[in-house]
Amino acid sequence: MRGRFPDSAGSAGRIAPHLMTDPLVSFHDVEFSHSGSTPVVVDLSLECTAGETIAIVGRSGAGKSTLLKLVNRLLLPTGGRVTVHGRDTREWDPIRLRRGIGYVLQEAGLFPHMTVEDNVAVVPVLEGWEPARIRERTRELLDLVGMPADTFASRRPGELSGGQRQRVGLARALAVDPPILLMDEPFGALDPITRADVRREFARLKQQLRTTALFVTHDISEAFALGDRVGVMEAGRLIAFDVPDRIARSGDARVRALLDSVPPPTVPGP
Amino acid sequence: MSSLIAFWISHRTELGLLIGQHIMLVVVSTAVAVAAGVPAGILAARRPHLGRALLLIANALQTIPSLALLGFLLPIPIIGGLGPRTALVTLSLYALLPVMRMTVTGIRSVDAAVVEAGIAMGMTPRQLLMMVQLPLALPSIIAGIRVATVIGVGTTTIAAAIGAGGLGEYIFRGLSMVDTTTILAGAVPAAGLALAADGLLALIEQRVRRTPVATGRVLQTGAIAAALLVVVLAAVSLRPATDSVVIGSKNFTEQVILGELIAQAIEEEGGVRVERKLNLGGTFVADRGLRNGELDAYVEYTGTAVTAVFHAQVPHDSGQALEQARQLYSQHGITVARPLGFNNTFAVLVRGDDAASRGLKTIDDLRSIAPGWKTGFGYEFLQREDGYAGLVQTYGLQFQAPPRGMDLSLIYQALAERQVDVVAGDATSAQIDAFHLAALEDNRHYFPPYDAVPLVRTATLLRHPEVGRALDRIAGRITDSDMRALNAAVDVGHLAPAAVAQQFLARLGVGTNRPRP
Repeated sequence: MRGRFPDSAGSAGRIAPHLMTDPLVSFHDVEFSHSGSTPVVVDLSLECTAGETIAIVGRSGAGKSTLLKLVNRLLLPTGGRVTVHGRDTREWDPIRLRRGIGYVLQEAGLFPHMTVEDNVAVVPVLEGWEPARIRERTRELLDLVGMPADTFASRRPGELSGGQRQRVGLARALAVDPPILLMDEPFGALDPITRADVRREFARLKQQLRTTALFVTHDISEAFALGDRVGVMEAGRLIAFDVPDRIARSGDARVRALLDSVPPPTVPGP
Repeated sequence: MSSLIAFWISHRTELGLLIGQHIMLVVVSTAVAVAAGVPAGILAARRPHLGRALLLIANALQTIPSLALLGFLLPIPIIGGLGPRTALVTLSLYALLPVMRMTVTGIRSVDAAVVEAGIAMGMTPRQLLMMVQLPLALPSIIAGIRVATVIGVGTTTIAAAIGAGGLGEYIFRGLSMVDTTTILAGAVPAAGLALAADGLLALIEQRVRRTPVATGRVLQTGAIAAALLVVVLAAVSLRPATDSVVIGSKNFTEQVILGELIAQAIEEEGGVRVERKLNLGGTFVADRGLRNGELDAYVEYTGTAVTAVFHAQVPHDSGQALEQARQLYSQHGITVARPLGFNNTFAVLVRGDDAASRGLKTIDDLRSIAPGWKTGFGYEFLQREDGYAGLVQTYGLQFQAPPRGMDLSLIYQALAERQVDVVAGDATSAQIDAFHLAALEDNRHYFPPYDAVPLVRTATLLRHPEVGRALDRIAGRITDSDMRALNAAVDVGHLAPAAVAQQFLARLGVGTNRPRP
């Protein structure tokens, strides 16, 4: 398993420095539809540079999750192209591509039959790391997300609260220090208090890790709080994509409608 | 109850052996079903089209009655034949469906989000299967194994019909002797085994559900163990037969006694090991066994041989019937030995009190009262050309309703208990006297002669001349009344067929009456 990434030196998917300035993920006129039905994603272009966090906001059914699945090749575009590290996802070996992309799902999607520690260790195990190194890394990550290994390592997802599961899901996604992190409503299933908590945690981590993150949410205040740039999606189209400040001042009626649907963000920034 | 316990105590060695055989048959057949059913289930879960086809086949197999499946497999080379092999194939086929279906169900019911997480983390399809899908499907797979095992314990009782052993031996033996104790002696432990297996597997299932297994290692180990078991057993069951003489019998008391008689007579001659495959499920099974070479000898009746085995017209003269049987069998390398002496023809039976009150003496006398009477016949009698159809035609009989098919062994009791009014039974049956039944005279000579004759593979006679010598010593020495008495000793006196045969041989001066194992 080791060395699946041609340019990796053990840590999966760490990319060569010359690529760092190029867009890590980019969408060029992307279209996606399930065979025969109306398109889910229409004419979408965006670029995501190294180290930034992009928040995609929109109502449910706007095509946000599809956008993420196009990055790790769970789906292939029916039109246009998606590139990762400058390479079309169609040309990527899907296994190699995915091992270098962390993925956090709503409800975490943890493996219910594995302990917290084993969940976090999945990708390192797939990558064939030494057991000692895996153990060290999982403990480090659990500490990082505020889930001390001594207390939580041997528990199972069923014994955790929603917020704790979400933290484990995040730790799992970060296990091999992937350059790209995809998050699908990562805080969606949490109650408001836990949610604010985990969100703060993520804001802290973001500073620490410098991982490029692409996350989708239906909560505009969350998007504003965490996104370096915010994209607004409606009916499969990206109708706005800019820094939060300028999105907030947008004159676009559809963007305004979305902004007005929620109380103004209480924390303007991380 | 106390008689049941007494039976178990007196038969404890045999009981242990039969329970062992029973468990062996269930364990091996279930292991084979798991080894084949889990991979088939995985395939089916992944490819819906193929899956539907596979499940359809397994479903269809499940609908074939077990006895029919056994009969169907019997003549097929390699997998068929008398003994455990055919039984294992049949039982495995039955266990396949529950294992396969629960594997499919288990894999399909894994949470889609969890599967997506696995794929998104870069698992290959194989890794996804081993690390996620199979461990999560494991409780369901074990539930399938549990169903298969419990069904298997029940179905295995049928295996005794083709000489595969197991607790069915007692059940079949009890049925042929109309002895509830013997039936229960097999049925109760079988039910106990089913409950024990169910409880044990439920426990395992519960444990796996509570603390799921982290990897597919358990399944891998299980699959390898199952495969090894299958290979070892295949090797064992295919090993060349040792040079012994195998004596068979059909599944009613008289046949078992005659099987024992021949077996012991040969043992008295010495020089060759004798194996018994008694209580085989009918003429068809015994005939197949003899022709395949899995049996070396069993006792047949001339009338049955000519009509039921060769579908020919049987002469009404005993000598001619024997001559015809000899010619027919000689073409199959089988020698018809000298008749044993008695003629076990069919007897049309009514209750003794009916015979007295209505003055019934011959079958002709039935004609006037037949429309008001119900009949019951053995399944074989209903099928055979010399059976029911010819009887009603010859005598112009018309009964109240179509005849009821029932197990031959239950017929006398059914008549005595007034469930039916007329039956056809064996002329030598002990039940005739025991239930106070009356045999009506076959005044039109419809029934052909049924002289009991040992059938022996000619090759066996040549290889083991002691077999021929043993048969010569008992030829012509068993009269009708001898046979009825022997049957009564087992059916009414509840003696073991082996003991009854031994005493009789001693009386003939054939046996030395030395104790037997």
